[in-house]
Amino acid sequence: MNNILEVKNLNKVFEIKKFLKKSLSLKALSDVNFTLGQNVTLGIVGESGCGKSTLAKVLTQLEIETSGEIELLGKKYKDYKPREFHSLIQMVFQDPYQSLNPRKKAFDIIADPLRINTDKSEEEIRELVYSMMKKVGLRAEFAQRYPHHFSGGQRQRLGIARALMLRPRVLILDEPVSALDVSIQAQVLNLLLDLQKEFSLSYIFISHDLSVIQHISDKILVMYLGRIVEYGPRDEIFLNPKHPYTKILLESAPTLTVGKQTKEIPESAKGEIPSALYLPKGCAFSPRCPMVTPECLQAIPELLNKDNRLVACFNA
Amino acid sequence: MLLEVENLNIHFKSDRSKNPIHAVRDLSFSVKQGEMLGVVGESGSGKSITNLALMGLLPDSSLVTAKKAEFNGHNLLSLKDKQWQKIRGREVAMIFQDPMTALNPFLSVQFQMVETIKAHMDISKKDAIDKSIELLSLVGIPSPKDRLKAYPFELSGGMAQRVMIAMAISTNPKLLIADEPTTALDVTIQKQILDLIKMLQERQNMAVVLVTHDLGVVSQYSERLQVMYAGEVVESGPTKDLISHPEHPYTHALLGSRPGALVDNLRRVPKTILPSIPGIVPSFNERPIGCQFSPRCEFVTPECQRSPIPIFESEPAHREYRCIHPIEHVVIK
Amino acid sequence: MKIFIKELFFELKKNKGSMIGIVIIIISCLVAILAPIIAPHDPTNVYTEYLRLPPSFVTGGNPQFFFGTDDLGRDLLSRLIYGSQVSLSVGFAVVLISLVIGTFLGVIAGYFGGFIDKTIMRITDLIMSLPSILFAIVIVAIMGPGITNAIVAVSIVAVPNFVRIIRAQVMAEKNRQYVHAARLFGAGHFRIMFIEILPNCMAPLIVQATLGFSDGILNCAALGFLGLGAQAPMSEWGTMLSDARSYIESSPWMVTLPGVCILVIVLSFNLLGDGLRDALDPRLKKQN
Repeated sequence: MNNILEVKNLNKVFEIKKFLKKSLSLKALSDVNFTLGQNVTLGIVGESGCGKSTLAKVLTQLEIETSGEIELLGKKYKDYKPREFHSLIQMVFQDPYQSLNPRKKAFDIIADPLRINTDKSEEEIRELVYSMMKKVGLRAEFAQRYPHHFSGGQRQRLGIARALMLRPRVLILDEPVSALDVSIQAQVLNLLLDLQKEFSLSYIFISHDLSVIQHISDKILVMYLGRIVEYGPRDEIFLNPKHPYTKILLESAPTLTVGKQTKEIPESAKGEIPSALYLPKGCAFSPRCPMVTPECLQAIPELLNKDNRLVACFNA
Repeated sequence: MLLEVENLNIHFKSDRSKNPIHAVRDLSFSVKQGEMLGVVGESGSGKSITNLALMGLLPDSSLVTAKKAEFNGHNLLSLKDKQWQKIRGREVAMIFQDPMTALNPFLSVQFQMVETIKAHMDISKKDAIDKSIELLSLVGIPSPKDRLKAYPFELSGGMAQRVMIAMAISTNPKLLIADEPTTALDVTIQKQILDLIKMLQERQNMAVVLVTHDLGVVSQYSERLQVMYAGEVVESGPTKDLISHPEHPYTHALLGSRPGALVDNLRRVPKTILPSIPGIVPSFNERPIGCQFSPRCEFVTPECQRSPIPIFESEPAHREYRCIHPIEHVVIK
Repeated sequence: MKIFIKELFFELKKNKGSMIGIVIIIISCLVAILAPIIAPHDPTNVYTEYLRLPPSFVTGGNPQFFFGTDDLGRDLLSRLIYGSQVSLSVGFAVVLISLVIGTFLGVIAGYFGGFIDKTIMRITDLIMSLPSILFAIVIVAIMGPGITNAIVAVSIVAVPNFVRIIRAQVMAEKNRQYVHAARLFGAGHFRIMFIEILPNCMAPLIVQATLGFSDGILNCAALGFLGLGAQAPMSEWGTMLSDARSYIESSPWMVTLPGVCILVIVLSFNLLGDGLRDALDPRLKKQN
């Protein structure tokens, strides 16, 4: 089994300094472990505050982990030179309006990664840019336009082209389609699937939209307040969820089924996601969990192998 | 009929072009007392502009014309500002996508709720506070007395939306317009808010217009559905029929491009190419003469692009569609 | 960039005040450039037989000297025309110097934050805590009077405005996703600061530069008035004002005319600056 990416015991703590008060520590990621294989898409689902965006930032080293280890192609992150690292792992951002510099032409946006990281001549770069634009479905005459001339879908294509210029092995996609209209969403998802085959990419696909995650992922990782609650193959998770949080998440997702009685969410699960600043002593989900037992309030459940997946619940 | 709109047209004056922008074209729809109408459309479909027109909140640069626009016996087209104030917030209420920006960050929940209630009802401050507490517990806010003292930034997105809903229903409006009320919220919170709106609709026999871009959101809640595209209604009818047998190619394609609803149990094979709609929604100044969807439609014929397409009705099922080649009649390749 | 200017001009055209400002600024620039051609006399030439002559349209005036003459018998109109040369180039120099220094410091402070930010900001606070003209006087007093030193002093006083504006803008921009993207493909700090972020901070910079122009002209005129700026026989409006002080009752035109010139040019730049601020205000513009 060749793992492209291996994450071991990853922790990220943010210190929040308060004037004249004790500073608070926010555990954005706690003991995160997973692996990513070649050509595989790992879907990461969770609601706000679950740590999925922090995870994306740590994986791309926009934020540095507090503890833990990440290995890329069998080599530790800290042993990489920046140039080498940037050409192996890249990211596509959520907001196509914010992720492109409004004062740069499309051509320069795509060409800059090459200009900075390689010694290619401007002629070679030109060729590579135009062939990449073609691959992501942007016409060559768009090269001299500024981002505000593009629609949301086209901007996201530009963002994808930029991320692929250095031919990375891993692409982190942070909510890449959630800002797009439904009809455009499908176009971009199709493009991502095509590109994955063509460049044999491994994806980490972060989204709150379960139908998108379900379509594009091979494996699913469900997070709640900085911890993995369930991690396993897509079909296992979607068809036979074990963790009570996964169950509620799936039942809450909007579906197209008409007339079918929508499942009632258990009364206890209603209400809000607690703040990551004041985590309960035991399982983070225990205050909302319909299956809560005294055990859950005492200790944090470990991520254990049950029914072909890993799940962190005493009662699963 | 509680709300009846026929041939509504909305134009905007524009600095940049001589011709006014025709934002909403020939829109006709109606809402019955106690009914929930779902309105689905992508950006630029005109769904939000229509809502603002119904609330009389469009800017002066707009021109609203209609054959008929009646709400509960009022002719909405001839209302003066003073008369609007009586209807707005009292008979029609509205909730928005982002509850945080809809609440004033400098005023407590209590102040904002009491203000709203007292503006429309002749009651004392104490009674208004009592009513606020009652409303907050109705919308599912735990310990409503304490929450009343809170400021908007102390509330989560879901809580703030609940407060907005409580304020909206405080005057027992006949119609509630919910403009993408859950788009900014998390999945588990979204369901709770939608359930709440549905519960209130049934309990208070209130009509609801639920506007969203997500077919999945409306399909479980609304009785009737109206699909909008580029400023026009392309199809409307009972939700169940419309979703199981779309007539208009746009509705058909929109349903098809969803990445596979969960409860359909992997109806679409994961990691395969989705049937997507090519191209993008035409911008206001590039709209075609004929069918708005024709440039992206797979069933397009020269006829579609010649002149505006009228609405066709299929009487028994209460279905309406703006297409000369509805799905039932085309042979799908 | 072309589209940017086109859009800007489109917005500006709606604002009458700023259009008047632009027209006056263009006229004054032309006057300054064409001074040797349009000035009827040499501004330093002394006509001893015509001392403190009133303007030609007033009784006792001489058609030879349209705005009359000063206490040394120099033609006032020519002195005012040549004065515009001094004022405009002073304004330009001040803006250029303070813009370059202020932008550089502001970008660094906003981007790096922490100790660098604190140091730069405390220094700007220090400069701003003194009345600007007082601070300029102190600098000129140390370096000695003269137009060059006046320009340096006024520029130093104007730097904090630029630092603050750029710093705030950079702090907002540096958390945008396009900056993250640039970091991800390995762009260095210098590149991110000056190639990625800075072009997105142009709008407030342009406004501040326009307003800085009028501040610079005004402050230099003030220094001239105090005898610390331009030295005789250079015709500078502030110095002219100061020289004419003693004749305010007997020959009021000698004081009034340079004063009006300063007023008009400062007002035009302020009008243009306000117009630009409205036209460039991101809150009034849509997100694309």
